[in-house]
Formats: sequence, C-alpha cells, structure tokens
Amino acid sequence: MKHLALLPLLFAYLISGCGRQTSLAVSIAPKAFGTQIVEQSGGKQATGVGARLPEPVVVQVNGTDGSAVPGALVLFQGDGAIFTPAQALTDENGQASTIVQLGSIHGPYVIRAQTPKQGGGVVDLVLRGIALGYQEKVGKQVSEKYCAMCHDPESTTERVSNYENLAPPPPHRLSDGTVLNAISDADLYMLIADGGPALGKSPQSPAYRKTLTPGEINAVVAYMRAIADPPYSSPPAK
Amino acid sequence: MRSNSRLPGIIHFLAGSPARRFASISVLLAIVASIAPTKDLFSEWRHYQRQYRVLIRQRPDAARLRRNFQGGIQQIWIPERQVTDRCSTCHVALQEKSLSDQRNQPFRPHPSLPHTLNEFGCVICHNGQGAATTVAEAHYSTKAWEQPILPARYLEASCGQCHMEPLEGTPQLNLGRRLLARYGCAHCHAITQPDGSLIVPVDEPPSLEHIAEKTSREWLFAWIKNPQAYAVSSTMPNFRFSDQEATDIANFLIAQSNASVNSQAPAPAPFALPSAEQAAVDGPGLYGMLFCASCHATQNSKGALLGGELAPEITRVGSKVNADWLRRWLKVPQGYDPKTRMPRYRFADSQVALLTAYLLSKKDDDFLANVRLSPSDPESVARGKKLASDYGCAACHRINGISPPDGFAPDLSRIGSKPLFQVGFLRGMPETLPDYISGKIRDPRAFGPALKMPRFTLADNQVEALTTALLAQTDRAVTMPPELVRSSPHAKYHPGGDSGRLMEDLRCQSCHAINGNGGDMAPDLTREGSAVQRTWLLGFMKNPDTLRPALIRRMPKFNLSDEELHKLSDYMLTAYQAPGFDSEALDPHSLTAEAAARGKELFYNKYACQACHIADYKKDKGYVGPALSDVGDRLTPVWLLKWLKDPNALMPGTMMPNPMLTDNEAKDLTAFLVTLKAKKKGGGK
Repeated sequence: MKHLALLPLLFAYLISGCGRQTSLAVSIAPKAFGTQIVEQSGGKQATGVGARLPEPVVVQVNGTDGSAVPGALVLFQGDGAIFTPAQALTDENGQASTIVQLGSIHGPYVIRAQTPKQGGGVVDLVLRGIALGYQEKVGKQVSEKYCAMCHDPESTTERVSNYENLAPPPPHRLSDGTVLNAISDADLYMLIADGGPALGKSPQSPAYRKTLTPGEINAVVAYMRAIADPPYSSPPAK
Repeated sequence: MRSNSRLPGIIHFLAGSPARRFASISVLLAIVASIAPTKDLFSEWRHYQRQYRVLIRQRPDAARLRRNFQGGIQQIWIPERQVTDRCSTCHVALQEKSLSDQRNQPFRPHPSLPHTLNEFGCVICHNGQGAATTVAEAHYSTKAWEQPILPARYLEASCGQCHMEPLEGTPQLNLGRRLLARYGCAHCHAITQPDGSLIVPVDEPPSLEHIAEKTSREWLFAWIKNPQAYAVSSTMPNFRFSDQEATDIANFLIAQSNASVNSQAPAPAPFALPSAEQAAVDGPGLYGMLFCASCHATQNSKGALLGGELAPEITRVGSKVNADWLRRWLKVPQGYDPKTRMPRYRFADSQVALLTAYLLSKKDDDFLANVRLSPSDPESVARGKKLASDYGCAACHRINGISPPDGFAPDLSRIGSKPLFQVGFLRGMPETLPDYISGKIRDPRAFGPALKMPRFTLADNQVEALTTALLAQTDRAVTMPPELVRSSPHAKYHPGGDSGRLMEDLRCQSCHAINGNGGDMAPDLTREGSAVQRTWLLGFMKNPDTLRPALIRRMPKFNLSDEELHKLSDYMLTAYQAPGFDSEALDPHSLTAEAAARGKELFYNKYACQACHIADYKKDKGYVGPALSDVGDRLTPVWLLKWLKDPNALMPGTMMPNPMLTDNEAKDLTAFLVTLKAKKKGGGK
C-alpha cells in the first residue's frame, strides 16, 4: 500500500524514463467549441525545480470571429509537469486557468493547452515553463538585486525601473535571446565582470568583478541562459 | 495421463545409478549456484549501464565519455559523514556536463552546485537509501527503509542542515525561516537550529494586560472569531472558537485588564477633535507626511495592501480603538506597552487631534454590526480564563493572571527526521513527511478536532516555505561535524547611556541596524558617524527628506527638540565611527579644481555614474542610488574616497558595485563630488 501512495513521488522523480503523460481521458463534456486558443498570461515563467509556477497559466479559446468562447473544454498537459486542474471549461470570458507544478529536472518544460474542435480534431497552444536549478536560482537572486532595475523595463511596487532613465542604447532584457544567445558564456562573463566597455558597449553597465564572486557571475550567466527567449542551446561539445 | 506415467520414469532414470545420480545432482547444484549471478546479470543497474553505453555511442564526444565511464557498482564512501552512496551506479553521467541536453534519467548530469559529489555524496541532500542498488529501494520507502527521496520542491531544506545564514540559492528556505519567526511558531514550539541557536520570534504580539482601555468586548469577540476579517494581513491564527467560547474569552480579557501607566497619568489637556470632514481633508496629508505607511499597511478599495508590515494593518482601526486610548497612545506609546516598536513622536496636540480623528474615520461599520453579546458574568470569565490557559494564549500575549507556559507545544528541533511510524497520517493522504508537515500547517485540526494548534492564514508558497524550513531540522544536521555548520551572527547591540535612551524612545532600531542588531528597512547606521557631516545630519533629522526618490518607505519626522537633535547627532558622530577615518586618509589640498574637472569627466564619461545617480537635476535621471546633487554637504570627503574604493567594505551587501577605480581616479571623483552642494534657497545670488 505504501508503494501505491508513493506513486506520485515516483512520477515526479522519474519523469525522464517514463515521461509522465497527463491523462487525456476527458471527463468533462464541452458545452461549446472554439477554433483557436491563445495565451492570456503565464507563459515563460521560471521557478525552482519541482515547484509551482508563481502565477497560473491562463489561456483563452476564441471562435472563428475572434470572440471568446465560454464553456469550451481545455486540456493541459506536458511531460513531467502536473496541472491542477488538467482540464477545465472556459469561463464567461472564454478563459481557462491552471496551476502548473514543474518536475524535478531543471530546464524548460512544455505546457500544452488543447481544445477540441467541433466535429473532431484539436487546436493546441504550446507555452513554456522553466525550472531553475540551484545555480540558476542564485543567478535569479543576484540579478534581481543588481541587474533588474536597469535591465527590466517594468516597475513593481517595490522597485521602480531605471530603464527609461538611461541614455540610449537601452539595455537588453536578461531574457532577450535574440541578441544574448549569440554571445558566448565567456564574453557574457566579461561583460558582467568588467562592464560594458569591455566589449565596446555603454559604460552605464558597471563592472562587477570586485562586487560579485566568480560563482555569482557564472550563476547570472546560467540564469540568463535558462530564461532565454528564444531558448538557448549550448554549442555542441567537441 | 501420459505425463503422469512418465514422470516417475524420469526420476527412475536419473536416480538409476550412482553416476547418473551424481550427474543430476551436479546439474541441479550448477543451476542453483547460477541463480545469483543471473539475477545480477539482469539487475536494474546493469540494464541502465547498458543503455548508457548505447546512448553515448552516438554522441560527438563518445570517446571521452567512454573513457570516463566505469562499469560495475560505484560508490561514494565518506565515513566521517556516514555517506555510502551508490547512486552513481545508475546515475552514471552526474559529472558529464556535455550531456546536459539529455532529458532522460538516470543519465542527466547534475546541475551546477557549490559542492562536489565527492565531498558530500548524494543522500545528505536528496535523502533516500544510498546503499541500495535498485530503483525502488533507493528512491522510495520500503519496509526496512523509511526515508524516501526528498521531493525537489523541498530540496532547499537540505542546505538548511548546515547553513543557518540565508543563501542566495535558497529563497524558499530563507522565507520559511523568516515565517517561523514572524508567524510566532516559536512562541509555542521550541525550535533549536543545528548551530544550537533557538529560532526567536520577531512578531511581538501585543500585551493584553490593559486591553480594556483600548477596545471593546465586541471587537475582541469578532477578532477572536476571525482575525482576518478585521485585518487581512494579520498573523493572528484562527482558533475556530464557538460563539460561546469567543464570548467567554472576550469577557475574561476585559475582566483581567488593569490600568496602564498611560491611563494613570493625568489626562492630556482636553482638546477638541476636528470634524470628520476636516479629518478627511487634512488627515491624509499628515498621515503621509509622518510616513505611517512605512510600517502600517492599509487596504485600498481594490483590496491591495499598501504599506509596510512592521506594524499592524490599520485599515479598520476606527472599529477597534477608542478616541481616548488613541490620543494617549499617540502621545506616549510606551505608556501603554513598554515593549512596542512604535516610536514616540513628539507630536503637537493639534497633530494628535487630527491624526486621532483621521484614524477613527478608518472604520468598517459592517465589522461589528451583527455582534450582540449578553452581559458578562463571573462564570463566563472563569470559563474564558480556562480557555485562555488551555489554548496557550499567554504563550504569545502578556495576560494578567496567566503565566507564559513553558514548552506548550511539541519541540520541532528534529521534526525533519520524525519517524514515519510515529506519524498519524490522514486517510488518503500520501504517507510522506513533507505531506504530513504541510498538511498539518495547512489545517491542523483536520488531524484531530481536539488538537489545540490553530489555523494560520497562509498562502500555498508560505506553507511550502515553512515545510522546507522544518524539513531542515534533521537528526543528521545535529550530528554534522561542527566545522560544517555555518551560523548566522546573533547580535544584541542596544545603544547605551543618555543618548541610548533617546534612541530607544525613538525606536531607531525598529528600522535601522546598528552593529548587527536592528531592522533592515532603513540604512545601517553602524558607520554613520564617519559618513555624514554634522550640519547635514542635524538638518536631516530635523526634517528628513528622502535621499532616494525611488523609495516608498521613508524616515518619519519626529519633531525633535534642538537639545535632542544635538544630543543624537553628537552621539552618532562620535560612537558610530569606522576605523581608519583619520585626517591622514585624505589630504584636503589634493581636492583641487583640476582634480574636480577630471573627476567630472570620469563621472559622466568613463564610469557613467549618472546611469544610477543624479548629480545635476537638470540633466541626470538615474534613479537607483541616492541623489548626489548635495553630496558635498552630506558626506565627508574621506568617506567618499573610501566608499568609491570599496563600497562593500563600508556597507556589506550594498547595491553599489565596486567601480574598480585607481587611487588617482578615486581622488579625482571625490574632488568632483565635494563640489556638489545644495543651492541656498532665498539667499540672494
């Protein structure tokens, strides 16, 4: 019996070998059907391994005319992730939300939201959740303290962004993979350690060599790689 | 049947002669002897190692991976840490970073960590049975082994076995430990951390010894029934008392209340409260100017909390307190509660009157609308006293007639190693320790209606954080070699003497840390005496104006007398000095106009300091660090020089990066910064 009780643990831990598939058995009957499914919020969030994403994932089902469809069925699934609920009917605004718990392996997780179409077939939407390992969590903490007020254009109640106050060119978001993916780890390290001028960039980005430890700088690089959008893939081993 | 007739025939044939008998027994023996090796051949770990060999064949670095791979059972053995971990027998690629694209366990490399496998092995962090060589025995509870793998979401608990100081990589553990102190868990439960220090509660629940002066029986009843209905952010738990029980306790609390120092003092000179209309017009301005919101939160119309969490939320305070108490409290908070963190403002009577009227207007008429209590009687008071003792009210609050209970609730120092056979699980819940602890925190009474532990209002992430912090309290942590345990410093500094009493009166350490003791809302004052100039300090304390435009919480204005101002600044300038700040540290003659010009160039071009600081409000916009437009009036030149050379040495943990200046650059920048002075207002030219 004890073994049975531990099955969820087993799944959480060994998603790799077997890859837990959220059951597709539909237990709710849809009241309406849509033709497209779009993200409202909750994609590209990062959290610690095995933890829930801070905000729920919210999707909206629309009809052919682009208007929201209430009562449409949405199924959430993704290898290694646990969805609560795994299926839901859209509310009066055509939206369905789920809380996502990621698996114990660090890295990106696919979050797939599907809605059946009238007369068969499904439309789906693929989002991403990111599970951070220890080093990346360190990078997140460090970058939120030292980097975010200039590199994140959005203000929070506790932090007013300094982004608008900087002379052009504006800093990149730390997740800006279109630019940062092309820069090597070693160069990113140097940019952080020796400041913008080390790579011919703005001196508004100060040097952190004597402020952060090498481990912390590497952690910031690892965190930037983990949240990169589009995703970063490391160069092949030689 | 044929087989029936043949079977005895075979036996007869095999046992027919001694040679045949010997041969058949030999074959039987050979079969028996081969069972063990055959089982081993088909064991899980060989299966994984075979899979791994196939996997690496297609990799570009196959040759290197093959060289690193050692077949057979692998073991990390560290006798002094009681580590015998064979996990790497199946998890063969833990150190192969090039396999990081591999999503399949057991072939993932281990994510980067500050520790190495050979230092600590696996089980110290992950739990499970290290010596096992099958998947089930290593990962899950078996009859002979209780501790399954620790789920990844609680993994930070393992760091907490040695690390008492908050780590950058363990936000959940750090939050959990803060919550253990903030939600008052440690008032009832003793929690000794692995370094031998007790978790000290920081919530300081209010004294109830004079509660009748402050509020009504009705309010107490409603509050006891549902504290969060009065203040959503309250940390007071819900004991789920019945109406009768809550009435009894309210009656008792009113009955035990005696007179505070405040109420014995002569009443403040009578002054009329301003009208509600005037309070509504002028109140918010005064409330804002005093920066009450630095510590007290209020809920806005959308339900969001605005303000600090150092002091109680006061959204509906007008439904709780009466005007006379509030007036006396605002005048002398310590006269009601000597241990309060509230500073004693030097309010003018008109300010007290306006503030009282304004705060009383913050009320919610619905809160007490349906509370009708029958008159109090001695039986009810007696029942209330018994309930208050039984449920440990005095573990948190000071109450007349009930002494604080000792060891009221179970000791949680080793809760992370609680044997599962001692745990009464609920039907249907997963039988693991993390599930038990989080379930118990979420809804204690579900584990038995007679249990006394109340229900706290906690979000899911808070429950998880608390569970993580408690899971760190393991047997293993206690037996760790002491040199591994990283303590966090415990400082108890309180300023002494006459000025010390003044600083206590103003509760400076509610917000400022000095010598390691105090709040973290405002700057550390340990070295303030070396940093600032006397004239500036006097002016600032007289009329605090924030240095950082981006900050929400600010220093309030205390209306200090000139004598108090001088006493305080003299003391800070003398007592809170950093070493090495003598006149030899900087030659004032080196701060020339030429040096200042070079410094300005460095400020704006080479180091782009204006990205974060404002030197000139006309052109700079940087909003991260303090404005520097009058820094020449504020900071001493020696401080500036030393700060520019190494900010972290003067203020550990500061956001200001070390700009890595040469000595000459630091001098030039200092020369520039001392020229930045406030324009004198109304002073002619």
